[in-house]
This record gives sequence, C-alpha cells and structure tokens, in this order.
Amino acid sequence: MNRREKEKRKEKSEKEEKKSSRFESWLDGDRDIYDGNMELRPQKEYEPSPYLLRRQENERKKMEERVNDVARNKEYRVFKRAYRVLAVVFCLSFIALLVLAVSWLPPVGQAGNPDNNEVSARYIEEGLQETGSVNIVTGMILTYRAFDTFGETNVLFIATCCVMVMLMLDEAVLKKQETDNDRKYEPKNDAILQGMAFILCPVIFIFGIYVILGGHLGPGGGFSGGAVIGAGLILYVIAFGFKKTQRFFNEAVYKTAKITSLVMYGLIGSYFYITGANGIENHIPLGLPGHILSGGIILPINICVGIEVACTMYAFYALFRRGGL
Amino acid sequence: MEIIRNFPAAAILLCLFAGIVSSGLKPKAAKWLNHALIVVEMALNLCTLYYTAVTGEAFVYVMGKFPAPWGNEIRAGVLEALLALFVCGVMLLSLLGGEKELEEKVEENKLFLYYVLADHLLCSLLALIYTNDLFTAYVFVEINTISACGLIMIRQTGRTIEAAVRYMIMSLLGSGLLLMGLCMLYDLTGHLLMSNIQESVARLHASGMYGVPLTVTIGLMTVGLAIKSALFPFHTWVPDAYGYSTASSAAILSSLVSKGYIFLLIKIIYRVIGFEVFHDTKIVNVLFLFGLAGMIFGSLSAIKENNIRRMIAFSSVAQIGYIYMGIGMGTQAGMVAAIFHIFSHAAAKALLFVACMGITGASGGSVKFQDLTGAAYRNKLAGAAFTAGSLSMVGLPLFSGFISKLLFAQAAVQNQGKMLPALVVLAVSTILNAVYFMKTVIRIYTPEQSPYEGITWKNQKLLTVSCVLLTVLNLHLGCLSQSWENLIMKGLGMFA
Repeated sequence: MNRREKEKRKEKSEKEEKKSSRFESWLDGDRDIYDGNMELRPQKEYEPSPYLLRRQENERKKMEERVNDVARNKEYRVFKRAYRVLAVVFCLSFIALLVLAVSWLPPVGQAGNPDNNEVSARYIEEGLQETGSVNIVTGMILTYRAFDTFGETNVLFIATCCVMVMLMLDEAVLKKQETDNDRKYEPKNDAILQGMAFILCPVIFIFGIYVILGGHLGPGGGFSGGAVIGAGLILYVIAFGFKKTQRFFNEAVYKTAKITSLVMYGLIGSYFYITGANGIENHIPLGLPGHILSGGIILPINICVGIEVACTMYAFYALFRRGGL
Repeated sequence: MEIIRNFPAAAILLCLFAGIVSSGLKPKAAKWLNHALIVVEMALNLCTLYYTAVTGEAFVYVMGKFPAPWGNEIRAGVLEALLALFVCGVMLLSLLGGEKELEEKVEENKLFLYYVLADHLLCSLLALIYTNDLFTAYVFVEINTISACGLIMIRQTGRTIEAAVRYMIMSLLGSGLLLMGLCMLYDLTGHLLMSNIQESVARLHASGMYGVPLTVTIGLMTVGLAIKSALFPFHTWVPDAYGYSTASSAAILSSLVSKGYIFLLIKIIYRVIGFEVFHDTKIVNVLFLFGLAGMIFGSLSAIKENNIRRMIAFSSVAQIGYIYMGIGMGTQAGMVAAIFHIFSHAAAKALLFVACMGITGASGGSVKFQDLTGAAYRNKLAGAAFTAGSLSMVGLPLFSGFISKLLFAQAAVQNQGKMLPALVVLAVSTILNAVYFMKTVIRIYTPEQSPYEGITWKNQKLLTVSCVLLTVLNLHLGCLSQSWENLIMKGLGMFA
C-alpha cells in the first residue's frame, strides 16, 4: 500500500518535472513547439515537365505567326480599338442615363412619396398583431410574402445543384485524392488553428442557433443564422480535415438535413397558403409576442431555412475544395 | 368546381417538392418522378384551362391569408393556363426524346441532378406564367436562370462550360436590368403587385409626373427581358448554348425558357405598364426594329453555319425576331400573332432539336453537314420529322409556321406605318429560312454510301414517340389554328 503510493507520487513528480522542463527548454530556445505537432515541409521548386515546355513553345510559335500575319493583325487591331472606345462610350452613356433617371425619382424620405402608402403602413402598424413577430422584417418576409421567400430558399437549393453539376467528382476519384486533399493544400494538424477552432466552433454554433431561434424577436433569422453555422462548419473542416468532419456531417447527413428541412418548409408553407386562400382557419397559434414560442409559422420556417443555408454554405466550400461532401 | 382555383398554386408547389425530393433519389427514380410530375401538371393545367374558359374570367389566388397588396398573389386566365399546359407538354416530349442521349452523355453520378434542374425549371416557368406579382416574377427568373445554366453544362465538355459561362453573364445582365427597373418602378408606385402598379402608372401617366424615370424604367425592364430571351443584338450566347448542350436541354431552352421571358414581357406590357402607356413610350418601335434586324441577321448567320445544331440555334434568333416584331407592331393583332408564334415556334423548335439528334445519331454523332449526307435514309423517322419541322419553320400551309406568318402579315396590313418594312422583311426572311432549311433537307435526302449504320424505330422508341407527337402538335396548330386563336384572344381579353 505504502510502496504503491510512493511510486505514484514519484511518477507524478516526474511528470511535472517533464512539463516544467519542457517549458524551460522552450524558453531557452532548445525546442521548437511545432516539432511533432505540425508538419513542416519545404516547398519544392517548380519544375515544368518537358511536355509542358514543348507545348508552351508551340503555342508561342503559333501566337507569333498569327501576330505577324499583317492582314489579320490589322483587322484585329482596329476591332480591338473600336471595341474599347465603344465600350467606354456605351458605359458612360448608360451611367449618364441612369443618373438622369435617378435624379428624377422622388427624393428619399419625403412623407408624400409614392412608397409611403397603405402597404408599408399595414406592415408597421398591424405587423405585430397579425404575424406575432416583434421583428417586422422577419414577419413581412415569412408571412406576408412567404411565397417569395420559399422561392428564394429554392434559389439557394438550385444553386448548390448547379455547383454540383460543375464540380462534383466521382467516388473513385475522390477516394484517390483523399490524402492530397487533407495534406497537400491545407496545413495538417496546425496546433494554433486547431486550438482556436476547438474554442471558437462551439461558440459559433451556439451563436448561430441563437440567431436562428431569435429571428422573430430581434435582428436575425434563418438566412443569417444559417450563414453563421455554415461558417462554423467550414472553420471546423479547415482545422480538423474532412475525415473528422465526416464522422458527423457526411453526404447522407447532408442530404437528409437538406431535403427534410426544405420539405418541412414546403409543407408548412403550403398549409399556410392553402388554408389562407380558401378561408379555412389556420391552426398554428400566434402565441404571445416576445416569447420564444411565438410568431406562428415564423419559428419553424426559420429553423428550416437555417438548416438549408448552413448546408448550402458548407456544400459550396466542400465542393470547391475537393469536389464532394 | 371551387377546388380548381387551387390548381395553379398546387402545380407550382408540386414542382418544387418534386425537385427537392429528387435530389435524394437514384437517377431512375428521379426520372420517373419527373415524368409523373409533368403528367400531373398537365392534368392540373388542363382543369384550370377548362375552368377559366367555362367561367369566362380570370381568377386571383392569394398565397396565404393576406390579400393584395400586402401578400403574394397568383392569377390564372385562359392564356396563362393554355401556355402552362403547352409548356408541360413540350417539356415532357423534349425530355422523352433526348432521354437516351442523356444517359450516354451525362455522367452517371450527375444524372439525377438533370431531373432536379428540370423540375425546378418547370416550376419557375409556371410561376412566371401565373404570377401576379413582379417580385415573385423576379425570384423565379433567378431560379430559371440558374437551372437553365445547369442544364447547359451538365454535359461536361469545354464548349458547354464556355457556353454556360456566356449564358450566365448575359442572363445575369438581363436579370440585373430587370431588377433595376423593378426597384425604380417600386419607388415610383409603391407597389409590387401587378394590378396595383398598373393603376398607379396610369395615374402617373395621366398627370405627367415622373415621365423620365418611368420611360427609363420601362426601357430597362424591356431590355433586360430582351437580353434574356435572345433578341437580335443580345443573341451571342445562343449558338453555343443551344449548339453544344444535350438535345433535351437545347429543346427546352430554345422552345420554353426564352418564351417564358417573352410571356413575362407581354404580361408586363398588359398588366403592369398598361398597353396604352407602353405604346406611348415609343419603345415598341425599338422592339420592332430589332425584331426586323433579328429576322434577317439570324437567318444570314444560320446560312453560313456548317454545324446543324448551331444552324438551328441561329434560326431561333430569327424566330425570336418574329415574335418581337409582332409585339413591336403595337396592335392587338400583332400581339395575337406574336403569342401564336410563341406556341408555333416552341412546337417546331423542339421537334427540330429532337429530330436533329436522331439524324446526327445515324451519322456517327457528327454535326458537320458533310457527314449528314443521306442521313434521312439511315434514320427514316428522324429524317421525316426533321423535314416536317423545317417545313413548319419555312411556313408551308398545314404546318403551324404558315399560320403565324399569315397572322403577322395580317397584322402588318392593318398597321399603316409599319406595313411596308414588316411585309418586306417577312418575305425576305421566309426566303432565307427556306434557303438554309431546304439545304439541310436536301442534303439529308441525298443518297450516299455511308460508313454509318442505320437506326430503325425499334431502337429509338422514345425518340419515335416524341417526334410523332411533336409533328402532330405542329399539324394541329397549323390545321386547327382558329380554336387556338380564339383562346389567345379570350386570354388577352382577360389580361385587361
């Protein structure tokens, strides 16, 4: 019993000694903290392949031939000059036209302006009562003009699809490039970055969730909150690599989250449109303005939009970085 | 009967749902979902058409519980429902016709995205057709632009990516101009809903206030939509975008996407600015002139072309010129002719692109004219369908193109100031059309020993179905044009 305790104490003191000695050696400049923590590689000198050199040479020759071709060159020179002049003239006249038109518009902030009409009056005066949302802007875009906002969310969705069309790689290619992606283009295991991400990521996620959930109570909402969460996810990927991120956010999770949130949004929206249009009573309670559970369809829609926007942001980054999720 | 009022909104929402769900499906499932969706859409729009034709008036559908001018609205009349039905039909036939090519030319892990894009494109077209709110229109213009861009570059070659970038730049320029016009219009009227804007604009026009910005606004919106629908000087993105994408994409883009923007412009003319006010701004004359120029220069470029797909694309430029000439006449008759030509050109162009795929398929996939010699003997059905489409484009009686040319000529005769240029250019353009289309038809019917193997209809069942139905549609438009004209007149009457 006694001996064991002594042994333990001995080990402990050894450990402390180790730590303090490590600190001291760092102070003295004997040790580099990056040693063993971060991969440091000298940059390789660029060496163009003979094939590339030959191709460049050929291209240069061809270019010279075309440039020295006087007939074509002259035509091209005239065209280029005329094009430049015309472009400048056109742009200037277009700017002048727009400035002229804007100068004729009603001055900003006058009470008698055409846009100071019954539309904005109702948004401001009865918005709180009719939507249950303290934030008038959120109330307006998510209930009065809910259809437009659903369309806008679908713009994000279809934009991700387009980026996928452009950049998505085959599974096999992705597997092959896996090591490259996690090692070559970004620092691996950067201690400073990882330490900061370890502290910052949870804070960013929580702040994003707060912005989403508080969208009907103050500045915020699904679009801004989703962007914050997406930025957090991107920071996580940069610090810890795709392999670790894929443990909780892989393609399957991404697809499920995106489709579920959009379909939920669509269902809530459709329920709202169809009941409203047919004069059927809407069973979603508005709640007490100012409480977290209030605002009718605004809170659930904000959550759906938040998930969709976060997925979109992350997907853009992942697709541009490695061509897959 | 009242339940039919929900159908236009249901049609738009169903497309969105289908697109979203398709993004998680296997290609085959996404394909079937897309085809089933289009059939359902056709049924919904047919019911709407029947309902509006029977009741004889358009109806407004409030999206949500807040009525206009606070909430969003859509509006359905005879013309909207007819065009929506037509768009669904042509889209289905284009997709069916090009299905085999899609499976060959699109990478397998991206094939499902094609149907996602197609669903959203259809949704945006329906929304553009039915919307009664300018900002909703803008949102769906965005969806339309992005998904059209995806449809161009889903066949990944250097040329399609270049074409998609070109399309994106030009199209976003158009969107930007439209948005600027929209902002200024909101500043001047304080509304986004079409009927409210029209009232305010009429008041402004009568009092003469804000004359300059109003004219600039109308100009910006018109030019923006003209760029997006490839009116003559803004057509530079057309040949590559239609020439190198897959046949289905080219057919959808040329026959539906550009028409969606033109229909939005017609809607803006009638329901936002007001026909009289628009006519007074003289912008119609500009459209008329550019329309005439497009009719000539589009055809001249088509004659010079040695690539059959690009030739058909340039022919689109000429046909869009016809439509703008009709709008530019500034009369009711001109507008009817323009709208009829929207239908007629959509039917013929989709047929041409689909049949062209059959012809090039029987020529080793080459689009060069010298390889196409005798292709109509190697693929008899596609050759016949291509000939039918060409005849329709040239304007032979019995085909739809003849009726639209007749309507244009009639409209020109009724319009004193613009009669001579319109008739002369119409005649010249018809001859030019005949030159390049008949040149192609003669070439594909010139017998020649060829190394390429023939294709029978059994090896291309879907293409056969698509070609036959599109030919029937062309003949129907040509032979029974009176009923279509009546529906268009009725629909235009509901616009006011």
